[in-house]
Amino acid sequence: KGDAAAQKQAEPAVLQPTPQPKDDFQEELVVRPLHSGDIYASFQFRTLWETDFMRGNKVSHYRLFPKSLGQVISKFSVRELHISFTQGYWRTMQWGQPYLPSPPGAELWVWFQDSVTDVDATWKELTNVLSGIFCASLNFIDSTNTVQPSASFKPLGIGNVTDHRFLRYATLPREIVCTENLTPWKKLLPCGSKAGLAVLLKSEKLFHSSFHSQAVHIRPVCQDWQCKTTSWELRQTLNVVFDLHNSGQGKREWSLFKMFSRTLTEACPLASSSKIYIDITDNPEQFELSPATSLLSQAMVLGDRRTFSVYDLTQQDTFGNCTPFCDMLRPLLHAERYVAGYGLQTGEIHTLMYNHHPYRSFPVLQLDSVPWYLRLYIHTLTVTSKGKDNKPSYIHYQPSKDRVRPHLLEMLVQLPPNSVTEVTVQFERALLKWTEYTPDPNHGFYVGSSVISSLVPSTVAMDTNSTRERPLFSSFFPCKEESSYFVRVYTEPLLVNLPTPDFSMPYNVICLTCTVVAVGYGSLYNLLTRSFQIEEPSPGLAKRIANVIRKMRGVPPL
Amino acid sequence: MGLLSDPNRRRALINLLTRLNAPICVVCYMAGVAWFMGLAFEPFTLRTYMSENAMGSTMVEERFPSGERAVATGREFAAHKKKVSGMPVEWLVKTMQARGLEVYTQRFSRTLPFPDENKERYMVKGTNVYGILRAPRAPRTEALVLSAPCTPGDNNNQAVGLLLGLAQYFRNQIYWAKDIIFLVNDHDLIGMQAWLEGYHHTNTTGMDWSPLQGRGGSIQAALSLELSSDVVTSMDLVLEGLNGQLPNLDLANLFYAFCQKIGVLCTIQGKLQRNDWDSVSGYSHAVQTMMLMVMKQASGRPWGDHGLFLRYHIEAATIKGINSFRQYKTDATTIGRLLEGMYRKLNNLLERLHQSYFFYLMPSLSHFVSIGYYMPAFGLLAVILLLRALDLWVQLATPPPTTEDGIADIEQSSPGVLSVLTPLVISHLTGAALYMLPIRFQEMAVEHFPVSETEAVVLTAIAVYTAGLALPHNTHRLLSGEGTEQGWRVLKLVALLYLAVLLGCTALINFSLGFILALTLVPGAAFVTPHVPKVLSAFVLVILSPACTLLFSVFFFQELQEMPVSFLDGWLLYLSVISQGILDHFLYGSLVYPLIALLVYPCWLLFWNILFWK
Repeated sequence: KGDAAAQKQAEPAVLQPTPQPKDDFQEELVVRPLHSGDIYASFQFRTLWETDFMRGNKVSHYRLFPKSLGQVISKFSVRELHISFTQGYWRTMQWGQPYLPSPPGAELWVWFQDSVTDVDATWKELTNVLSGIFCASLNFIDSTNTVQPSASFKPLGIGNVTDHRFLRYATLPREIVCTENLTPWKKLLPCGSKAGLAVLLKSEKLFHSSFHSQAVHIRPVCQDWQCKTTSWELRQTLNVVFDLHNSGQGKREWSLFKMFSRTLTEACPLASSSKIYIDITDNPEQFELSPATSLLSQAMVLGDRRTFSVYDLTQQDTFGNCTPFCDMLRPLLHAERYVAGYGLQTGEIHTLMYNHHPYRSFPVLQLDSVPWYLRLYIHTLTVTSKGKDNKPSYIHYQPSKDRVRPHLLEMLVQLPPNSVTEVTVQFERALLKWTEYTPDPNHGFYVGSSVISSLVPSTVAMDTNSTRERPLFSSFFPCKEESSYFVRVYTEPLLVNLPTPDFSMPYNVICLTCTVVAVGYGSLYNLLTRSFQIEEPSPGLAKRIANVIRKMRGVPPL
Repeated sequence: MGLLSDPNRRRALINLLTRLNAPICVVCYMAGVAWFMGLAFEPFTLRTYMSENAMGSTMVEERFPSGERAVATGREFAAHKKKVSGMPVEWLVKTMQARGLEVYTQRFSRTLPFPDENKERYMVKGTNVYGILRAPRAPRTEALVLSAPCTPGDNNNQAVGLLLGLAQYFRNQIYWAKDIIFLVNDHDLIGMQAWLEGYHHTNTTGMDWSPLQGRGGSIQAALSLELSSDVVTSMDLVLEGLNGQLPNLDLANLFYAFCQKIGVLCTIQGKLQRNDWDSVSGYSHAVQTMMLMVMKQASGRPWGDHGLFLRYHIEAATIKGINSFRQYKTDATTIGRLLEGMYRKLNNLLERLHQSYFFYLMPSLSHFVSIGYYMPAFGLLAVILLLRALDLWVQLATPPPTTEDGIADIEQSSPGVLSVLTPLVISHLTGAALYMLPIRFQEMAVEHFPVSETEAVVLTAIAVYTAGLALPHNTHRLLSGEGTEQGWRVLKLVALLYLAVLLGCTALINFSLGFILALTLVPGAAFVTPHVPKVLSAFVLVILSPACTLLFSVFFFQELQEMPVSFLDGWLLYLSVISQGILDHFLYGSLVYPLIALLVYPCWLLFWNILFWK
């Protein structure tokens, strides 16, 4: 079953200890054979920099941290920035939970410093700048798709500002992600795509996959467990799922070369750590790795203890591959969404949330941001689990304003054990003004994914020490308790058809309507309201004068 | 309209219209029928063309290789079907999973309002199996559907085989941008109805179904496949759906384009197209094809599993493989390539199919008649009603010219509202009875008479219909005295306008139904007065009533299909058509039965009423 793969040529890539180790770069690749037989590859690149962008502090000397992002942080007083570009939908039922969840399309959420006075203006400017940096249509983010969630998006880094006035969240479900977004993303890496794991990022192969997601996360983190000093963390992540069914011709084997059509030859010389983890927890006897590694590591990821084979690229060794299988998984938390009903007048959004835990119930926060052109009837909101009404303990609803802002609905719902909770709300489809239609109105209009965030009970004790040295993929979401872990699930975006005029013949329509109104209606109205009778032709001037005189004389007129 | 504002000219025009009313009506009727017959004449029709850019210019290659294996899978399916004598759910689930699809099942059950004797079913329980091919890097917002019914007996096994073969082939392709749902539906239309209702979470007909687990977003297009032999001679396209809805013409164009490209004989209404349009036989062939479409559309029932998709604004068609005694045979690989090509083009769609026509008639697969061309035929018939109404209006408005003063005065007194309202109410109550009683009284009828439930329903319907004719319609005399000359005129005026509105609305939604009804109802409505010879007129009026129209249509349809029936067989067929019509209403929400029972029949009764005014 084995197939030799990536070869790392022996080259002593010894890292020179820098005089002031104030910044640090780590890279990591996790390869996980998925339950469905696909291969999940997750890249994480982390740059830590102990510096202060704030308080007018002009930072001008950049080493590992990309200057373009540093300037963005200081100019717009950003506390936290999370941006993701995703092409495809993460199939939770077959693939389990991803290390870093993201919705289809583009997602951007930013916490600003509390020193920012005009958040909306800063946000607008920031989205335009980011649009330039990432070659994406982030400039389409405006007030009609921006919301301020009150509970769902807490800061992930240090800082206890929870006033959601400084938070902005927006998604662009329609955004298509391609190489043009990948190239600027790769340029942010210290080694670019010249050396290290980034060598594998060949766009031709990355976009020949079932799922592709790339993200940038910037946040302040503690440098040590006492949190005396803080540093800025830039995490660049890239997640890909390769479909072995398509390319493998039935054989369940893979190698780095088959997936990326590149092999690894050296670590990035600037990286302090460069590792590849292979998840061998599921049936380790069934697959065989070549080259073999002696390094095994255990980590707590998403409430599960997983075993990994570790390949340290800064050491000299090499590596290989594995196998798996196919039916539905039962992830503890899972959600899906669809539009019900038919016709172009009304509809109903159904969101189903599955709790597959056999005996524990847990609360979830659901966030829905619905564009204004679907007019939600919030009085029809129902939440039912197991056939019974389930009253949300917290509801935050901000109604939409036409052409200004979207609906925002946030709810805290308790999911009973082993149940499906269904949230339904009816809506009416608005008739847009004719210039507001997109160039392809018959394609439909997108409604972004709803976001379900939850602390899911864990089967193993989670590691709560946030500063201990851990693999990057297991250390993104801060963990506060041992008994549960944080999960965020995105539902599928919706494509909704709105009533659409026939744009192909506006001229005919205008002509016909005007003619009918002018000719038909006008004269018909005339005929109905007036009675016609024959009138004598009006008398001449002489006769009229004569009549006036005759009237004065008291004689009947002519 | 200045013409009408001038009293002199208006009077002249009205005089002309009233004086020449009858001849103008006759001419209009003739012209309407002639126009309609002319629609099938090829030089008067348009050639079909692909309007959708996304499907037109892009080239796709068809490479489906494994027709033989698909046929073998079909045989395996047949064996498993026989073994469990029904839908082999487990086998299908396993087979679809092996092909790399996400597989889900849906259970449903439905108790019919009365037993369906054609298909021998009453309490229906079944399971739909569907597998979703997830498109790589697509966010589950759009989907296409390919369905094949699991029919009892030896039918359609090849369709399921080909569906599975295509699923396997499609799974290995990278170019899909929309999820593809492969659906095998149990109990043909009932299963399809359950699946669609489940998918859209609606319940219009009171069916029990288990909720669907997997979805693929909004469905853009669907094809239903019916194939019962390993090789076929031609592929037939079925378009007519529920309530006479048709899919976008581009779907038909797509099918035609690929048949031409791959070299498969293609038919519509089972008729090949001919090139000799200028010969009499060529013309009559086109007329036959078009008339078949009109009859099928008018029936308002789904003529294939695709018919139910149209309600949800999903463009859908059924493709049937026909094996006749022709030499030229097409194998499963070629049919697979045909479908592959169609799906690849549908996959390329950026928007829903909307560029081409939704209202059309097809005298052959390469020609169509659009709504702008066929509506005048109906308009010419409908204008007769308006002309007659105008005539009556004028008669009512002007005092009768040469009568003695006394009589004229009595006649002048305008008839009370009651004399018009009474017949209206009575006839609508009869209509309501026709709609409700057959289903309500089936048990009672079965107890007291030696008939089955189905017969009971049909016979009750016919009984109510006939009883409606015998009702004493002149109750208005008790309320408002003797039936006056003015009275019937007002009633007829109301009835004429009512019929005109009714037919106009029907024709807008379902042209064929509106036209056929207009063809038979308009002459009766135009000529009937209390002064015509009673017996003869009554006979003519009954002949032109909706029920007799249906009877003639049954015979005519059989004639068109080149399967003429004897009178007795025709009568039995007529009874089963009535029961099917009622079932279609209750099972799928077809509107023809309530339309006839609640509106058309009462309207016709008003004219019957006028005949027996005195």
